[in-house]
Amino acid sequence: MDFDLTQDQRLMVESVGRLLADTYAFEQRKALLKTEQGWSPALWAQYAELGLLGLPIAEEHGGFGGGAVEVMLLMQEFGRHLVLEPYLATVVLGAGAIRLAGSPAQQGEILPAIAAGTTRLGFAHYERQARYDMTDVMTTATGAPGGGGFVLEGAKSVVLHGASADALVVSARTAGSRHEAAGLSLFLVDANAPGVTRRGYRLRDGTEAAEIALAAVKVPGHALVGEKDNALPVIERVVQAGIAATAGEVVGAMEAMQAMTLDYLKTRQQFGRPIGDNQALQHRAAEMMVALEQGRSMAMLASMMVDEPDAADRARNISMAKVGVGQSGRFVSQNAVQLHGGIGMTEEYAVGHFFRRVMVIEHMFGDTAYHLDRLADGVA
Amino acid sequence: MDLRFTPEELAFREEVRGFIRDNLPREIRERMRLGHPARKQDIVAWQRILNARGWAAYSWPQEWGGPGWTAVQKMIFLEENLAAPAPEVSSFNITMLGPVLIQFGTEEQKRRYLPRAANLDDWWCQGFSEPGSGSDLASLKTRAVKEGGHYVVNGQKIWTSTAHNADWCFLLVRTDPKAPKQQQGISFLLVDLRTPGVEVRPIISIDGSHHLNEVFFTDVRVPVENLVGEENRGWSVAKYLLGNERTGIARLGKSKERTRFALEKAREVNMNGKPLIEDRGFRTRVAQIEVDMKALEITQARVVSAYDKSQDGRPDPLSSVLKIKGTELLQGTSELLMDVGGPQAMPVWQQELAALTNEPALLPEWAVQATPAYLMLRAASIYGGTNEIQKNILNKAVLGL
Repeated sequence: MDFDLTQDQRLMVESVGRLLADTYAFEQRKALLKTEQGWSPALWAQYAELGLLGLPIAEEHGGFGGGAVEVMLLMQEFGRHLVLEPYLATVVLGAGAIRLAGSPAQQGEILPAIAAGTTRLGFAHYERQARYDMTDVMTTATGAPGGGGFVLEGAKSVVLHGASADALVVSARTAGSRHEAAGLSLFLVDANAPGVTRRGYRLRDGTEAAEIALAAVKVPGHALVGEKDNALPVIERVVQAGIAATAGEVVGAMEAMQAMTLDYLKTRQQFGRPIGDNQALQHRAAEMMVALEQGRSMAMLASMMVDEPDAADRARNISMAKVGVGQSGRFVSQNAVQLHGGIGMTEEYAVGHFFRRVMVIEHMFGDTAYHLDRLADGVA
Repeated sequence: MDLRFTPEELAFREEVRGFIRDNLPREIRERMRLGHPARKQDIVAWQRILNARGWAAYSWPQEWGGPGWTAVQKMIFLEENLAAPAPEVSSFNITMLGPVLIQFGTEEQKRRYLPRAANLDDWWCQGFSEPGSGSDLASLKTRAVKEGGHYVVNGQKIWTSTAHNADWCFLLVRTDPKAPKQQQGISFLLVDLRTPGVEVRPIISIDGSHHLNEVFFTDVRVPVENLVGEENRGWSVAKYLLGNERTGIARLGKSKERTRFALEKAREVNMNGKPLIEDRGFRTRVAQIEVDMKALEITQARVVSAYDKSQDGRPDPLSSVLKIKGTELLQGTSELLMDVGGPQAMPVWQQELAALTNEPALLPEWAVQATPAYLMLRAASIYGGTNEIQKNILNKAVLGL
């Protein structure tokens, strides 16, 4: 067992921390949110320069060759500053699918472009009727007339950073019926291809997402990512990587909320003394710390299980982490607002922004109830 | 970052597991599986078996008969012992008295008491709490006045676990009532409970058992050589004892073992005409417990791993997190098993007594035993520093409130 950071990991965390301290003060972030894009292309270029966009990408594809632990540590920094750039969508999810299943040609083309910051991806898997069910896919891909390609038809919902992505990794049924595990395939689709309609909006935390309609979208045969009819294992692993990455992000956000709350408890005066003198509030703060540490342990678990070869063991542990981090995040963020009182309810104050990021993350990739239910299936 | 045990640690776990499997008397294991608390003779017998293997004083340095294990090894040993399930080694002897004597005792005290404590030749108990001094321990009033070669002790201790089984007591007494701060003027004494003037009275707890006691001291003469550390400096001894490395404080092995046992029994009892194990609500409840156990397991590993690397050997404030979550799980899993027992868990019935007159089993013994275990474990969030005190510790030591 080893919980220490390596020299490289420490250096990365420190350099990212320094960059974000300079660029992601609350007022700077608020200004970014007001731009049309809602995030900073200039910072994206800086992430590329720092090697962050290639962090989990192999060195032969211009990346850093890091693993899920490095991604978790980076996401923790991102969570501490509520970073808005499409790292999760592009590097963790989109590039993750290409890394796991892409052909050598796809990998050679896409991954270096991601690492360089010139291509951004979206992961278009979940559909409106599916809620969190990974097999509930109604989008279809049928063989194009004349052979050698596919035609995609369907709709994808709440695709993270979908409106600004250059290309989308889209799941579709090439066989089987709704809810069937077999028969799913992944396609790399030009986001501006004819027939792709994207309606962008902001999520409650200010990040961007989109509803995407696919109407007779033609893609060539080499757009297929991985094995035809057998994409579910890849989708599962991409989602698991997303869970592990966002678990780190939630830990960073919890740390920030905890620090803000402690600061507030020590400075806010009522009845002539700091409100933190009240034991009721002290104990709540201690309970927040307990939740944060338990959540941190679960984020570590998730990142260390992402590459576990035993699929059942991996899925079970990552579900446990999703539940643990979800519950910790909810407890810490709700109490952070509560202990701040009225100011915690205002848009002008940072705590509510962290609160909403944690809330949005809890509703990605299966919420707490969904994963607890999966774990209940496995009780024996 | 790596969650896995090293091959050496895995081999060590196998070694411990194998030893317990081969040496734990079957009758003891079976009684404990059914939920009986370990009897005095079981605890003594098992600790002596462990001591013969060199493992009873698991946390002591080799110089004093300990195995010289790393914190990770200690954690593995404790977990395997609890999961067996086997009686726990006497915490009074091993994790409290032993380290205190090794740190503060004279050579003579170490030679005289440590080997006997390891082998449970002397059963020790802890004379700390008083009727007026619970969480506020430093307010204790039991007086010791030096008269020639003796301290004369007068006062009362309470909640003294296993005092009725004990031969000796380590005792906090006030030697200087005029000291400017109440933490000053306290001394740490070793008291032979057979000394005239010592009276042990039972306190029956809500589980119906005799575990707790009141201990009265009336003009009890304690030789001055039984002082540990300096006179009036006993508070630092007590703080050392309470803050000592607490690898096993979460007692996770027990929660895991009780959960496994509850699942086993959930196959035997019904819910709406089907085995309880098939009930969705039950399964979700177990899933939640398993999530909480997993989080605690990793948090514990973080604390233990940091302990092995730290040089100062000071307790990690995260130990308080282990205490809080560990006891919540002990309570949660005991509740789970009682609820599996359901109505059969409510009767007071001692099958062991009935068996003496050849009466057949009237009720499932595991179910009957689940309730006193549940009741007794309500104390888990009270003893060893209440969970509220643990939150105070976190506030002071980490959060700065």
